[in-house]
Amino acid sequence: MGMTMTQKILAAHAGLDKVEAGQLIEAELDLVLGNDITSPVAIKEMEKMKVNGVFDKDKIALVPDHFVPNKDIKSAEHCKCVREFAYRNEITNYFEVGEMGIEHALLPEKGLTVAGDVIIGADSHTCTYGALGAFSTGVGSTDMAAGMATGKAWFKVPAAIKFNLVGKPQKWVSGKDVILHIIGMIGVDGALYKSMEFTGEGIKNLTMDDRFTIANMAIEAGGKNGIFPVDDLAIAYMKEHSKKPYTVYEADEDAVYDEEYTIDLSALRPTIAFPHLPENTRTIDEIKEDIKIDQVVIGSCTNGRIDDMRIAAEVLKGRHVAKGMRCIVIPATQSIYMQAMEEGLLKIFIEAGAIVSTPTCGPCLGGYMGILAEGERCVSTTNRNFVGRMGHVDSEIYLASPAVAAASAVTGKISCPCQL
Amino acid sequence: MKAAKGIVFKYGDNVDTDVIIPARYLNSSDPAELASHCMEDIDKDFIKNVKKGDIIVADKNFGCGSSREHAPIAIKAAGVSCVIAETFARIFYRNAINIGLPIIECPEAAKGISQGDEVEVDFESGIIKNLTKGTEFKGQAFPEFMQKIIAAEGLVNYINHFS
Repeated sequence: MGMTMTQKILAAHAGLDKVEAGQLIEAELDLVLGNDITSPVAIKEMEKMKVNGVFDKDKIALVPDHFVPNKDIKSAEHCKCVREFAYRNEITNYFEVGEMGIEHALLPEKGLTVAGDVIIGADSHTCTYGALGAFSTGVGSTDMAAGMATGKAWFKVPAAIKFNLVGKPQKWVSGKDVILHIIGMIGVDGALYKSMEFTGEGIKNLTMDDRFTIANMAIEAGGKNGIFPVDDLAIAYMKEHSKKPYTVYEADEDAVYDEEYTIDLSALRPTIAFPHLPENTRTIDEIKEDIKIDQVVIGSCTNGRIDDMRIAAEVLKGRHVAKGMRCIVIPATQSIYMQAMEEGLLKIFIEAGAIVSTPTCGPCLGGYMGILAEGERCVSTTNRNFVGRMGHVDSEIYLASPAVAAASAVTGKISCPCQL
Repeated sequence: MKAAKGIVFKYGDNVDTDVIIPARYLNSSDPAELASHCMEDIDKDFIKNVKKGDIIVADKNFGCGSSREHAPIAIKAAGVSCVIAETFARIFYRNAINIGLPIIECPEAAKGISQGDEVEVDFESGIIKNLTKGTEFKGQAFPEFMQKIIAAEGLVNYINHFS
């Protein structure tokens, strides 16, 4: 019986020739990540441990991004705690305001995540790096603390679901529609405890940014990780961004999967997740009524990359957001911000009546920079539409791609660019 | 802690970490302050009514969403002695074990226990007794190393003890 791609990476990091689903292992870590919400708790826990500092100052990444630039005094105290810990332990990859970005966009861009790595992060969307063929998964603060101290973590080896992607997406269909379609199909616990392994000839028709978006939302189906095969596009991305050596693992031909699905990308339509779960999906064609929108957010670790900025700008160019609409665009990193500026995208956003913010997770989790009032509705390119996620407990979030979000900003109701 | 006994607060499927502890309170990491907002977006009365030792019972995928350890911390600091669910989201599962909040997966118990029932849980045997209804369920037993983490009341103490 063969191993899945995930199982091979875990076996190699546990010093084992073979692992199987359900086996408990201890694996060596290539990177341990935390942000300004989760790191202070981890730092407090680590201080209780009888250890001398961190296992490797080069293999820890600390990215204050959630409530940064500091939204209030308490957030400032948290960031100060992280900053002082980083300086005290001479952490190489601490990213201050001005260098930072949303962690899951930033780390691949900085070349810190490469194929074959085992990465844990005290943030649920750490699964993003599976787009490059790494095993990466979200953990809590105590696991982060133990990881920083020992360089190891325990895992239960996951079983896997295989998603065979075929065909080429139509215009205005992107990675977000692919993953929302999958979550709608299998549910928010459809991949609970499991790997989501993507494969098939259709992957060549997905950009790296599409793949980051898809892997990013594996957690929204309950998945332990999402992972893509390492093709020429992934190798080119790593060569451009990283000096770290990478290792390419492939699933065995006789690897065992709990379930297998084939998804024809050419048949997918712009897909929207209705409140209050990411599995409540409808295609744009299934929405018959007008759903009036008060706010649009284009950004986040899911959809704040340059592809996303370009798509939003393509829709907003020469158009204006609807009267009364608040359209908030957040490039995910300083580098994406700069690139969007150089390509003239920021000018398009501002001329269209949108605002452009410095990188922050702010609105996605109801922190700041776009909180919703009672009864308000938001179309957002973020990843969760839970009750109260973006503000008032009686507000509503509709998850969608940058194309649908930008078109909805123009019309003031849920729309696709093809309807403009 | 070998056993828990308390009154049940019952919830449905997919109780997410945003309703367990909304992110607007995550500018604090103080357990007592987090506990004061525990469950408020799904059950405003929870924190008013919960007493030390009480038990949360839920259906599938409890704790889905964010990796915030603040969620099990808030539940534990609110006085809850155990969470029983049909299934748990995986990060919540790890976090609960790691901070020493006992949790048990048991689909039959999740179905057979109602709001307000008095329930007793024996962690060593995994036996869950519904004292109100006079029924009994067998929950999933933890592997040995996880039992040690729970016995040490969390991963930090476990690491201090064993390494």
